[in-house]
Amino acid sequence: MTNTLHRFGAPDTLRNDYIIFAMPARGINEEGAPEKLQRFLRMALKHQPVNIGHAMRGGLYRASQNLTPLAHWRRHDVVDPEELVQAIDACSTVAAVFDNPTKLEAFLRDLRAADLGISVNISGLATEVHGCCRRAGITRHSVEYSLGLHGDLHRLPERHVLELSTMCGHGMISHNFARKMIDWVKEGRREPRQAATYMARFCSCGIFNLTRAIRILEEARIGT
Amino acid sequence: MEIDHRKCVACSNCIPVCPMGAIYMDTAINRATVNLDECVECFTCHRGMSKEHLNPTIVRTIRGFLRLLRIRFDPEPDVCPTDALTPQVLSWPRIVRQAFSDPLVPHESTGIGGRGTEEVKTNDVTGRVTEGEAGFTIEFGRPGVGVRFRDIQKMTIALASLPIAFEKKNPVFSLMTDPSTGMIRDDILNEKVLSAIVELKTALEHLPEVLRVVEDVAPTLETIVSIGVSTRCNAQGDDLLEALLRRAGYIFYRGKTNLGLGRRPEKQQNPSPVLM
Repeated sequence: MTNTLHRFGAPDTLRNDYIIFAMPARGINEEGAPEKLQRFLRMALKHQPVNIGHAMRGGLYRASQNLTPLAHWRRHDVVDPEELVQAIDACSTVAAVFDNPTKLEAFLRDLRAADLGISVNISGLATEVHGCCRRAGITRHSVEYSLGLHGDLHRLPERHVLELSTMCGHGMISHNFARKMIDWVKEGRREPRQAATYMARFCSCGIFNLTRAIRILEEARIGT
Repeated sequence: MEIDHRKCVACSNCIPVCPMGAIYMDTAINRATVNLDECVECFTCHRGMSKEHLNPTIVRTIRGFLRLLRIRFDPEPDVCPTDALTPQVLSWPRIVRQAFSDPLVPHESTGIGGRGTEEVKTNDVTGRVTEGEAGFTIEFGRPGVGVRFRDIQKMTIALASLPIAFEKKNPVFSLMTDPSTGMIRDDILNEKVLSAIVELKTALEHLPEVLRVVEDVAPTLETIVSIGVSTRCNAQGDDLLEALLRRAGYIFYRGKTNLGLGRRPEKQQNPSPVLM
C-alpha cells in the first residue's frame, strides 16, 4: 500500500498535510494490536487531528445507507470519534491526519512515551517530518521517497483536481467528482467546507485532509 | 457493478463519482448504465454514495415536472435516491478487478486490503529492506487512470532481466507464471484494475539501473506509473538514498518515514533455551 505517498502538490501546498499511521506486522506482533490501535487513536484525538480512520472500518466521514429526504437540508456529517475507536476489533492500519506540524510533534512525544511496540509511519514533507522526529527525540528507522508520476501524463487532469483526488490514495475520489465540487464552489452552489465533506465521505480509510481540501477549493474558486 | 434500471431515476449523481468514468447516461432509455469493460469493481459508487430508498416512480414524476418548468434541481451530489447501484456476483477472472481496486477487500495472498503489502511500513519489525538496499514500489494506474495487466506485464518483463528480487508476498507476484521472466498469467492480461503495485528490492548500487528501466518503459504504457523508493536509515537516522536520488537528477520532497517504534514480541527476540 502506498496510499499516502503520492499526494500531488507543490511543497508549499503540502505544509499542512501530515498523515501518521500505526500498524502491526502481520504474523509477528499482532497480539493485542486492536487495543494498541485504539490507544494510538485516543492519543491522537487529544491533539485535534482533522481526520482519523481505520483502513477496514472507515473514517470520521462516511456515507449513510438510510438517508431520508430531510437529509438534504440537515445532514449529519461526522461519526463520533469514540464510536470509531471502539469499533476497532481487527488488525489493520489506523491513521490520523494533522494540519499542523506542532500538533504532530506533540503527538510524537506522547507516542514515544507510550511505547506501543507497533510500527508507526508519517507521510508528509520529508524534511519537515525529519525535523519533527528529531525534536521529539525519535531517530528515523526507514524512509520512502515519492519520485512522482511517470508514463502517459496526458491522461492526468488539471492541478487543483489532482491535488484533491490524490488525497485518497486508494483512488476513491474521482477526478470528475473533484472537478464537479470545484465547479459547485465557483458557482456558489456549495461552500468549500461542504464540498470537502462530500469528498471526504468517499475516502474509505479516513486520510482525507479537510483543511487542505478547503484551502485548495478556496484557491480554485478565485482561480489562483 | 450494475445499475438497476427499474430503480434508476436518471439523476446522474453516480456519473462523476466513478473513478474510471465508466458510468454514463444511456440516452436511448434515459437510465444510467455501467460500461462493464471499463468498470474495475472498486465499489466506490456503491459504498461512497449515501442511499435513500425513495419510490422511483414518484421521484421520476417530480423530476420530470421540475424539468418541464426549467427549475434547476439541486440535490446532494453524493446520494443515490433509489438505491439503484447493484453489485454483481463476480467470478474468475473478473474478481481480480475487485481484489485490486476495492481497498476493503483483502487479498488472500497478503491479508491486507488494497494493492500491495506492508512494504517499508513495518520495516522496523520485519527488517525487509536493509541499509545497503533500495525497496521499490512501482504503482500502475493511479491516480484515477486504471491499468490492464498487459501493461503491468510489459514492466515486469523489463524488470525481470535486472539484478532485482520481486517481493513474494505482493499480489502481482502471486499472478506471475514465471517470476524469472516477469510473465503474468494469460487469462487476466485484459483485466482492468484501479491500480496495482509491483514491489521489489535491489542493492543500492543498482538503483540507477532500475530507475532507468522504469523510466524507459513507463511512456510506452497506456497508464500512469508512480515510483516510490525506500531504504533503511543508519543509527543516526540518516539515509544514503536521498543523495543517490538527487545525483540521479530526481527532485522530490514528499516521503514516508518509519519511526522505528515497532518491535518483535520478546519471545521472538530471545527464544527460551530448550530444556533437555
